[in-house]
Amino acid sequence: MTIVQWILLGAAMFSVGLYGVLTRRNAVLVLASVEIMLAAVNINLVAFDTYLADPEFTGQILALFVIALAAAEVGIGIAIILMIFRNRHSADVDELNLMKY
Amino acid sequence: MTIGDWLSEAANWLFLFLAVPTLVASVMVVSSRNVVRAVLYLVIALAGSAALFLMLGAEFVGWTIVLVYIGAVIILFLIGIMITRAPLTKSVDLSHPISARAPAALLSVLLFGLVGWAVVVSFGSETIPLPDEATRTGEIGVSIFTTWVIPFEVVSFVLLAALIGGIVLARRDEAPAEQQR
Repeated sequence: MTIVQWILLGAAMFSVGLYGVLTRRNAVLVLASVEIMLAAVNINLVAFDTYLADPEFTGQILALFVIALAAAEVGIGIAIILMIFRNRHSADVDELNLMKY
Repeated sequence: MTIGDWLSEAANWLFLFLAVPTLVASVMVVSSRNVVRAVLYLVIALAGSAALFLMLGAEFVGWTIVLVYIGAVIILFLIGIMITRAPLTKSVDLSHPISARAPAALLSVLLFGLVGWAVVVSFGSETIPLPDEATRTGEIGVSIFTTWVIPFEVVSFVLLAALIGGIVLARRDEAPAEQQR
């Protein structure tokens, strides 16, 4: 196995997630695309951890931190979307233009 | 290293078997026209990444993905869909129109090309040694509570702040009595 195949998989998933963040209108699906990007980052971290055979397992521990922060991010994100839906009756990100002008 | 050499290794077939569904499911998450299916494809993408972690010997990270993501985060997404009353059938306005999607697709392809070029140039055909045995969770625990103990405490504080913030945000505020009059 080469290290390149793992990084390319991570880069491909990150690009797909970026495309989703830029193109999705529904705010819940924007968050789902962010999760794809975070999963890609985790793949990179763990692959490099195995590649370097780190005795401290730095890559795996950073991946665990990313998982914990992603869980917090989704919780807050859904709560914010819930608030926006309550006030604007829509969860589409392109209708959130209150701060535009 | 040629493609033939690469395919002659059994581990690479396992990699393809896991990586291709993961990638296809990721594409479906960002392109599906059914909001519930998009979130359920996220389950496949995350399960594929968990299986890839098991392949790399990172057992604890893999099972944490299964527990935290597939167990909890997906439920949160489905509840979010339910609460925002997203259309449960096929819908065209889940994504921006094609005129806005094309530059985003171009940007993604450019990013992948740039990263891919940089990686291939700098790493070439360096191999990654498959571990003989899975990482022991106890060793990860020792590392967390010695080298990484302060970041660990910071993460736990962030989780506490997110918990409180989620409650404060989602609570329906009762207006004070004077303002109601």
